[in-house]
Amino acid sequence: MAVCIAVIAKENYPLYIRSVPSQSELKFHYTVHTSLDVVEEKISAVGKAMADQRELYLGLLYPTEDYKVYGYVTNSKVKFVIVVDSSNTSLRDNEIRSMFRKLHNSFTDVMCNPFYNPGDPIQSKAFDSMVSGMMVQAC
Amino acid sequence: MADDALFEFLHMEIVSHVYKEQASRERVSCVSALESMGFRVGQGLIERFTKDSPTFKDDLDIMKFLCKDFWTNIFRKQVDNLRTNHQGTYVLQDNKFSLLTQLSNGKQYLEEAPKFLAFSCGLIRGALSNLGLESVVTAEVSLMPSCKFQVVIQKT
Repeated sequence: MAVCIAVIAKENYPLYIRSVPSQSELKFHYTVHTSLDVVEEKISAVGKAMADQRELYLGLLYPTEDYKVYGYVTNSKVKFVIVVDSSNTSLRDNEIRSMFRKLHNSFTDVMCNPFYNPGDPIQSKAFDSMVSGMMVQAC
Repeated sequence: MADDALFEFLHMEIVSHVYKEQASRERVSCVSALESMGFRVGQGLIERFTKDSPTFKDDLDIMKFLCKDFWTNIFRKQVDNLRTNHQGTYVLQDNKFSLLTQLSNGKQYLEEAPKFLAFSCGLIRGALSNLGLESVVTAEVSLMPSCKFQVVIQKT
Protein backbone atom coordinates (compact mmCIF):
# COMPACT_ATOMS: atom_id res chain seq x y z
CA MET A 1 0.00 0.00 0.00
CA ALA A 2 1.53 3.23 -1.08
CA VAL A 3 1.73 6.43 0.87
CA CYS A 4 2.25 8.69 -2.12
CA ILE A 5 1.94 8.19 -5.89
CA ALA A 6 3.16 10.60 -8.55
CA VAL A 7 3.10 10.68 -12.34
CA ILE A 8 5.72 12.96 -13.85
CA ALA A 9 5.84 14.08 -17.46
CA LYS A 10 8.76 13.93 -19.85
CA GLU A 11 9.63 17.56 -19.10
CA ASN A 12 9.79 16.78 -15.37
CA TYR A 13 6.68 18.49 -14.14
CA PRO A 14 3.99 16.55 -12.28
CA LEU A 15 0.92 15.37 -14.16
CA TYR A 16 -0.60 13.80 -11.10
CA ILE A 17 0.47 13.64 -7.49
CA ARG A 18 -1.49 12.27 -4.59
CA SER A 19 -0.52 11.48 -1.04
CA VAL A 20 -2.21 10.24 2.09
CA PRO A 21 -3.75 13.45 3.36
CA SER A 22 -3.13 12.98 7.05
CA GLN A 23 0.55 13.72 6.68
CA SER A 24 2.32 16.80 5.37
CA GLU A 25 1.92 16.78 1.60
CA LEU A 26 4.82 19.15 1.07
CA LYS A 27 7.26 16.60 2.44
CA PHE A 28 6.08 14.05 -0.12
CA HIS A 29 6.25 16.52 -2.95
CA TYR A 30 9.84 17.23 -1.93
CA THR A 31 10.71 13.52 -1.73
CA VAL A 32 9.30 12.90 -5.19
CA HIS A 33 11.18 15.88 -6.58
CA THR A 34 14.50 14.68 -5.22
CA SER A 35 13.86 11.17 -6.48
CA LEU A 36 13.70 12.56 -10.02
CA ASP A 37 17.47 13.06 -9.92
CA VAL A 38 17.96 9.40 -9.07
CA VAL A 39 15.63 8.42 -11.92
CA GLU A 40 17.63 10.49 -14.40
CA GLU A 41 20.82 8.91 -13.17
CA LYS A 42 19.42 5.43 -13.62
CA ILE A 43 18.14 6.14 -17.11
CA SER A 44 21.47 7.47 -18.32
CA ALA A 45 23.48 4.79 -16.51
CA VAL A 46 21.59 1.97 -18.20
CA GLY A 47 22.33 3.54 -21.55
CA LYS A 48 26.08 3.32 -21.08
CA ALA A 49 26.03 -0.21 -19.67
CA MET A 50 25.44 -3.33 -21.78
CA ALA A 51 22.14 -2.49 -23.44
CA ASP A 52 20.85 -6.04 -23.73
CA GLN A 53 17.46 -5.82 -22.07
CA ARG A 54 16.47 -2.50 -20.65
CA GLU A 55 13.56 -2.77 -18.31
CA LEU A 56 10.99 -0.15 -17.58
CA TYR A 57 10.97 -0.90 -13.84
CA LEU A 58 13.80 0.97 -12.08
CA GLY A 59 13.47 -0.57 -8.66
CA LEU A 60 14.23 0.96 -5.30
CA LEU A 61 15.52 4.47 -5.90
CA TYR A 62 16.59 5.35 -2.41
CA PRO A 63 15.48 4.67 1.14
CA THR A 64 15.04 7.41 3.69
CA GLU A 65 14.57 6.80 7.40
CA ASP A 66 10.77 6.50 7.13
CA TYR A 67 10.10 5.75 3.49
CA LYS A 68 11.22 3.83 0.46
CA VAL A 69 10.89 5.28 -3.01
CA TYR A 70 10.41 3.16 -6.15
CA GLY A 71 10.60 4.33 -9.75
CA TYR A 72 9.37 3.25 -13.20
CA VAL A 73 9.82 4.95 -16.54
CA THR A 74 7.77 4.34 -19.70
CA ASN A 75 9.01 4.40 -23.27
CA SER A 76 7.55 7.86 -23.65
CA LYS A 77 9.73 9.06 -20.77
CA VAL A 78 6.83 9.48 -18.35
CA LYS A 79 7.92 8.59 -14.84
CA PHE A 80 5.92 6.95 -12.10
CA VAL A 81 7.10 7.28 -8.51
CA ILE A 82 5.68 5.33 -5.59
CA VAL A 83 6.54 6.11 -1.97
CA VAL A 84 5.84 3.41 0.60
CA ASP A 85 6.16 3.22 4.34
CA SER A 86 9.42 1.63 5.52
CA SER A 87 7.67 -0.09 8.39
CA ASN A 88 5.61 -2.06 5.88
CA THR A 89 8.34 -4.60 5.16
CA SER A 90 5.94 -7.24 3.87
CA LEU A 91 5.71 -5.49 0.50
CA ARG A 92 7.73 -7.52 -1.97
CA ASP A 93 9.25 -6.50 -5.27
CA ASN A 94 6.57 -8.34 -7.22
CA GLU A 95 3.82 -6.40 -5.56
CA ILE A 96 5.50 -3.10 -6.39
CA ARG A 97 5.92 -4.27 -9.98
CA SER A 98 2.23 -5.12 -10.23
CA MET A 99 1.33 -1.70 -8.83
CA PHE A 100 3.41 -0.06 -11.55
CA ARG A 101 1.79 -2.32 -14.14
CA LYS A 102 -1.64 -1.15 -13.07
CA LEU A 103 -0.51 2.47 -13.10
CA HIS A 104 0.89 2.07 -16.61
CA ASN A 105 -2.30 0.43 -17.87
CA SER A 106 -4.46 3.22 -16.45
CA PHE A 107 -2.12 5.84 -17.80
CA THR A 108 -2.33 4.31 -21.27
CA ASP A 109 -6.11 4.51 -21.06
CA VAL A 110 -5.88 8.19 -20.07
CA MET A 111 -3.50 8.82 -22.98
CA CYS A 112 -5.91 7.27 -25.47
CA ASN A 113 -8.81 9.37 -24.25
CA PRO A 114 -9.48 11.92 -27.01
CA PHE A 115 -10.52 14.54 -24.47
CA TYR A 116 -7.13 14.41 -22.80
CA ASN A 117 -4.34 16.60 -24.17
CA PRO A 118 -0.89 15.17 -23.50
CA GLY A 119 0.83 17.41 -20.98
CA ASP A 120 -2.29 18.42 -19.07
CA PRO A 121 -2.82 17.41 -15.44
CA ILE A 122 -4.63 14.09 -15.24
CA GLN A 123 -8.23 14.54 -14.18
CA SER A 124 -9.70 11.17 -15.05
CA LYS A 125 -11.97 9.71 -12.38
CA ALA A 126 -11.08 6.16 -13.39
CA PHE A 127 -7.41 6.91 -12.83
CA ASP A 128 -8.25 8.50 -9.46
CA SER A 129 -10.18 5.48 -8.26
CA MET A 130 -7.42 3.11 -9.36
CA VAL A 131 -4.87 5.12 -7.41
CA SER A 132 -7.11 5.28 -4.32
CA GLY A 133 -7.27 1.53 -4.42
CA MET A 134 -3.50 1.40 -4.12
CA MET A 135 -3.01 3.97 -1.37
CA VAL A 136 -3.07 3.43 2.34
CA GLN A 137 -6.58 4.09 3.57
CA ALA A 138 -6.59 7.20 5.76
CA CYS A 139 -8.34 6.42 9.02
CA MET B 1 -12.06 -10.17 -40.58
CA ALA B 2 -13.98 -6.98 -41.12
CA ASP B 3 -11.82 -4.84 -38.82
CA ASP B 4 -9.47 -3.45 -41.50
CA ALA B 5 -12.38 -2.47 -43.70
CA LEU B 6 -13.85 -0.43 -40.83
CA PHE B 7 -10.77 1.72 -40.44
CA GLU B 8 -10.34 2.15 -44.22
CA PHE B 9 -13.93 3.33 -44.66
CA LEU B 10 -13.71 5.60 -41.62
CA HIS B 11 -10.51 7.12 -42.96
CA MET B 12 -12.07 7.79 -46.37
CA GLU B 13 -15.02 9.49 -44.68
CA ILE B 14 -12.75 11.58 -42.46
CA VAL B 15 -10.85 12.84 -45.51
CA SER B 16 -13.99 13.72 -47.45
CA HIS B 17 -15.60 15.32 -44.37
CA VAL B 18 -12.59 17.54 -43.67
CA TYR B 19 -12.55 18.69 -47.28
CA LYS B 20 -16.28 19.40 -47.37
CA GLU B 21 -16.13 21.31 -44.08
CA GLN B 22 -13.32 23.54 -45.20
CA ALA B 23 -14.49 24.10 -48.75
CA SER B 24 -14.25 27.85 -48.31
CA ARG B 25 -10.83 27.77 -46.77
CA GLU B 26 -7.55 26.76 -48.29
CA ARG B 27 -6.51 23.29 -49.21
CA VAL B 28 -3.41 23.48 -47.07
CA SER B 29 -5.36 23.77 -43.82
CA CYS B 30 -7.23 20.54 -44.65
CA VAL B 31 -3.99 18.64 -44.92
CA SER B 32 -2.75 20.06 -41.63
CA ALA B 33 -6.09 19.24 -39.93
CA LEU B 34 -5.75 15.62 -41.04
CA GLU B 35 -2.10 15.54 -40.04
CA SER B 36 -2.78 16.86 -36.54
CA MET B 37 -5.53 14.25 -36.09
CA GLY B 38 -3.01 11.58 -36.99
CA PHE B 39 -0.51 13.14 -34.58
CA ARG B 40 -2.78 12.80 -31.55
CA VAL B 41 -3.80 9.26 -32.51
CA GLY B 42 -0.15 8.31 -33.00
CA GLN B 43 0.73 9.51 -29.51
CA GLY B 44 -1.99 7.43 -27.89
CA LEU B 45 -1.26 4.36 -30.00
CA ILE B 46 2.44 4.37 -29.25
CA GLU B 47 1.73 4.49 -25.51
CA ARG B 48 -0.39 1.38 -25.89
CA PHE B 49 2.00 -0.55 -28.11
CA THR B 50 5.19 0.12 -26.16
CA LYS B 51 3.63 -0.78 -22.83
CA ASP B 52 5.43 -4.09 -22.63
CA SER B 53 8.54 -3.62 -24.72
CA PRO B 54 11.92 -2.68 -23.24
CA THR B 55 13.45 0.74 -23.77
CA PHE B 56 14.82 1.44 -27.24
CA LYS B 57 18.56 1.60 -27.73
CA ASP B 58 18.75 4.26 -30.42
CA ASP B 59 16.90 5.98 -33.27
CA LEU B 60 17.36 3.08 -35.66
CA ASP B 61 15.81 0.73 -33.14
CA ILE B 62 12.82 3.05 -32.85
CA MET B 63 12.40 3.19 -36.65
CA LYS B 64 12.60 -0.58 -36.89
CA PHE B 65 9.90 -0.90 -34.24
CA LEU B 66 7.79 1.56 -36.21
CA CYS B 67 8.23 -0.44 -39.41
CA LYS B 68 7.45 -3.79 -37.87
CA ASP B 69 5.18 -3.80 -34.82
CA PHE B 70 3.52 -0.42 -35.21
CA TRP B 71 2.77 -0.84 -38.93
CA THR B 72 1.58 -4.44 -38.43
CA ASN B 73 -0.83 -3.43 -35.71
CA ILE B 74 -2.38 -0.67 -37.77
CA PHE B 75 -2.12 -1.76 -41.40
CA ARG B 76 -1.75 -5.52 -40.92
CA LYS B 77 1.55 -5.68 -42.77
CA GLN B 78 5.11 -4.51 -42.28
CA VAL B 79 6.83 -1.72 -44.09
CA ASP B 80 8.55 -3.26 -47.11
CA ASN B 81 11.71 -1.22 -47.17
CA LEU B 82 13.52 1.02 -44.70
CA ARG B 83 16.43 3.12 -45.90
CA THR B 84 18.55 5.56 -43.96
CA ASN B 85 21.47 7.83 -44.49
CA HIS B 86 22.49 7.35 -40.85
CA GLN B 87 22.24 11.06 -40.36
CA GLY B 88 18.67 11.35 -39.24
CA THR B 89 16.81 10.77 -42.51
CA TYR B 90 14.76 7.61 -42.98
CA VAL B 91 12.63 6.50 -45.91
CA LEU B 92 9.87 3.98 -45.26
CA GLN B 93 8.54 2.36 -48.39
CA ASP B 94 5.29 0.45 -48.43
CA ASN B 95 4.53 -1.24 -51.76
CA LYS B 96 0.90 -1.90 -51.05
CA PHE B 97 -0.29 0.80 -48.69
CA SER B 98 -3.67 -0.31 -47.41
CA LEU B 99 -5.23 3.15 -47.46
CA LEU B 100 -4.38 3.56 -51.16
CA THR B 101 -5.21 0.13 -52.57
CA GLN B 102 -8.86 1.04 -53.13
CA LEU B 103 -8.01 4.19 -55.09
CA SER B 104 -6.17 2.86 -58.11
CA ASN B 105 -3.51 0.50 -59.34
CA GLY B 106 -1.30 2.79 -61.35
CA LYS B 107 -1.21 6.46 -62.17
CA GLN B 108 -4.93 7.24 -62.02
CA TYR B 109 -5.98 9.66 -59.23
CA LEU B 110 -2.35 10.42 -58.43
CA GLU B 111 -3.16 14.07 -57.55
CA GLU B 112 -5.72 12.97 -54.96
CA ALA B 113 -3.30 10.66 -53.16
CA PRO B 114 -1.65 13.21 -50.80
CA LYS B 115 -5.00 13.82 -49.04
CA PHE B 116 -5.11 10.18 -48.07
CA LEU B 117 -1.57 10.14 -46.79
CA ALA B 118 -1.77 13.15 -44.46
CA PHE B 119 -3.32 11.18 -41.59
CA SER B 120 -0.61 8.52 -41.80
CA CYS B 121 2.13 11.14 -41.85
CA GLY B 122 0.67 12.55 -38.67
CA LEU B 123 0.50 9.05 -37.20
CA ILE B 124 4.23 8.57 -37.71
CA ARG B 125 5.06 12.05 -36.40
CA GLY B 126 2.92 11.54 -33.29
CA ALA B 127 4.45 8.16 -32.57
CA LEU B 128 7.99 9.52 -32.86
CA SER B 129 7.19 12.60 -30.80
CA ASN B 130 5.93 10.51 -27.92
CA LEU B 131 9.10 8.44 -28.04
CA GLY B 132 11.17 11.61 -27.75
CA LEU B 133 12.07 12.29 -31.39
CA GLU B 134 10.89 15.50 -33.05
CA SER B 135 10.57 14.92 -36.78
CA VAL B 136 9.19 16.15 -40.07
CA VAL B 137 7.31 13.52 -42.08
CA THR B 138 6.41 13.87 -45.74
CA ALA B 139 4.94 11.35 -48.15
CA GLU B 140 5.24 10.87 -51.87
CA VAL B 141 3.51 8.61 -54.33
CA SER B 142 4.70 7.87 -57.84
CA LEU B 143 2.82 4.68 -58.53
CA MET B 144 -0.18 3.59 -56.54
CA PRO B 145 -0.56 1.76 -54.21
CA SER B 146 3.10 2.05 -53.36
CA CYS B 147 4.20 5.08 -51.34
CA LYS B 148 7.22 6.42 -49.52
CA PHE B 149 7.29 8.24 -46.19
CA GLN B 150 10.31 10.38 -45.60
CA VAL B 151 11.16 11.04 -41.95
CA VAL B 152 13.72 13.66 -41.03
CA ILE B 153 14.62 13.67 -37.34
CA GLN B 154 15.23 17.15 -35.99
CA LYS B 155 18.39 17.19 -33.96
CA THR B 156 18.23 19.78 -31.17
